[in-house]
Amino acid sequence: MLTRLLSGDTPRSGLLTALLLIVLISLAFAPFLFPGIRSLETAARICIFIVLVASYDLLLGYAGIVSFAHTMFFGIGAYGTALALSTTGPGYGALIWGTAAGAVVAAVFALAIGLFSLRVKAIFFAMVMLAVASAFAVFVSQMSWLTGGEDGLNYKIPRELTPAFKLIDEKILGVRVNGKLLAYYLVFFVSAILFLVMLRIVNSPFGRTLKAVRDNAFRAEAIGYRVVWYRTTATILSAVMAALAGSLLAIWLRYTGPATTLSMEIMIDILLMVVIGGMGTLYGAVLGATLFILAQTYLQTLMGVAADATSAVPLFSTLVAPERWLLWLGVLFILSVYFFPSGIVGRLRAGRA
Amino acid sequence: MAKEHPILETQDLTIRFGGHVAVDGVSASFERGSLTAIVGPNGAGKTTYFNLISGQLSATSGAVLLNGEAITRMSVPERTDRGIGRAFQLTNLFPTLSVRENVRLVAQAKARKGFDLFSVAESHVELLERADHVLAEVRLIDKAEQTVAALPHGDQRKLEVALLIALGSQVLMFDEPTAGMSVDEVPVILDLIRKLKSDMDRTILLVEHKMDVIRSLADRIIVLHNGALVADGEPADVIALPVVQEAYLGKVPEPSETAEAPEVA
Ligand SMILES: Nc1ncnc2c1ncn2[C@@H]1O[C@H](COP(=O)(O)OP(=O)(O)OP(=O)(O)O)[C@@H](O)[C@H]1O
Ligand SMILES: [Mg+2]
Repeated sequence: MLTRLLSGDTPRSGLLTALLLIVLISLAFAPFLFPGIRSLETAARICIFIVLVASYDLLLGYAGIVSFAHTMFFGIGAYGTALALSTTGPGYGALIWGTAAGAVVAAVFALAIGLFSLRVKAIFFAMVMLAVASAFAVFVSQMSWLTGGEDGLNYKIPRELTPAFKLIDEKILGVRVNGKLLAYYLVFFVSAILFLVMLRIVNSPFGRTLKAVRDNAFRAEAIGYRVVWYRTTATILSAVMAALAGSLLAIWLRYTGPATTLSMEIMIDILLMVVIGGMGTLYGAVLGATLFILAQTYLQTLMGVAADATSAVPLFSTLVAPERWLLWLGVLFILSVYFFPSGIVGRLRAGRA
Repeated sequence: MAKEHPILETQDLTIRFGGHVAVDGVSASFERGSLTAIVGPNGAGKTTYFNLISGQLSATSGAVLLNGEAITRMSVPERTDRGIGRAFQLTNLFPTLSVRENVRLVAQAKARKGFDLFSVAESHVELLERADHVLAEVRLIDKAEQTVAALPHGDQRKLEVALLIALGSQVLMFDEPTAGMSVDEVPVILDLIRKLKSDMDRTILLVEHKMDVIRSLADRIIVLHNGALVADGEPADVIALPVVQEAYLGKVPEPSETAEAPEVA
């Protein structure tokens, strides 16, 4: 049953299984285990980024396609939901059609891009995608009458998903059972389902073919696979998943703007998460996203504590001053790539006898 | 009807690379169930001729006909679908995947299941069985779990042949299949090729340098020289021709020769 749910792709390493279980349990019970608004924000972000990073890995790790336009699809999903909610008001209808529209637009974009440019060399494809993504970001910030420009869009979501809504009066385990909690579980369950769908796709005959195309497109053609169709379909699937992740973010934040969805920084974060976790294994997306977002969120705090505690040691306390958190994140990244070139998952799986 | 046509035919097939004519007006037709050896010195255009038939290169002029139908402008996978199969002179596999997965992918392509997104690949037992059957035939089954990149060269050559056997197309083209294989493995592979012809009625084109192999397998020999077809006929007759003695046999002094033989001007 469990193996079926995981599409036969079990973690195949004791330590990896343990780590994944820790992440799963922590996210599933996050509101109860880590009370507080900041930790809930972090948990929701981790869920959403697991989907986003997994969808990128589908493209990079499985199909071997290098693209720097993933945030564009993430943004299309987020803006789809955001525009529907801000123009027609906070109904479930708007939420659903906005999300669906975002996914469809992402799919059409991906189809067009795929057919036009997957025939060209990988490096040109990467550059074309970068140009398209930049153009899209400029376009969104220019169309401020529609998109709110750089300020983005604030909007209402259905009341049942907001803190104002109380499901029951009593607290459970000291946690208010309100709309925010419901919104979290919406994010959690939709993310879990999307992840399992992607896990199925990469273990399907189609997913196996993608790996063949990645390894040797020339030979894949010679045994009868139409490589362009496979690459295009992978691009579409990846784009749709990214768009759905974007819609989740739009619902969770009740705000959508270029900085939360389209920025180049997010693109780089996604890349780092895929590489840290391990390319070509979706479990890598889980660990990569979790570790990276935890570091991003808490490294600064942690360093503040360390700097205070070591204020007597002059050089050391300067090194761990909170402003330097980005430096340390960089150091962590370099170390992880140096010690685990195949990512955490690759390392853990290789370590098994 | 298809009966009147040879299964494969090339008409005046030509390709030019700049000023260099690598295949020069080659016309030949191949009957179902025949095994034709294609010989010629290094650079004669044998591999290029294969590339034109299977579609990796497009002809400058001339035509390739399969069952009488022109396939000259079709893409590689289209030609594969229609029944042209091709193994490569330089090993050309899926290096990060396992040996079994390499063959399974061929079986999967043949069953046209590549676009199945929602079943688990491992649940298609018939594809795994087909892969293991072929691996047993080429005696690679013990290494089925290994990653291809870690295989010794000789085993990679066997896998190259295994992929084509798994594809089992109507027309099968082998480009020096036994080069780089150890001496005791060569007969196993040659026997499989012979069986494809006699038991499965496949049409086989075989680029091969070893004369003893050609004598024992081929129904016919075609000789290419500087891209042109210079001889075509029964093995005994062709081998006796002066042009073959000079252009071809000058090139293969020892039976244990590999792909890196010196260039013949
Ligand atoms: N893509 C290409 N571009 C330019 N020249 C090419 C190309 N492919 C082949 N040639 C040239 O065409 C000629 C024929 O090469 P080909 O590989 O077909 O020879 P071959 O008969 O297979 O030789 P060998 O016995 O060494 O395998 C060579 O001179 C080669 O350099
Ligand atoms: Mg050759």
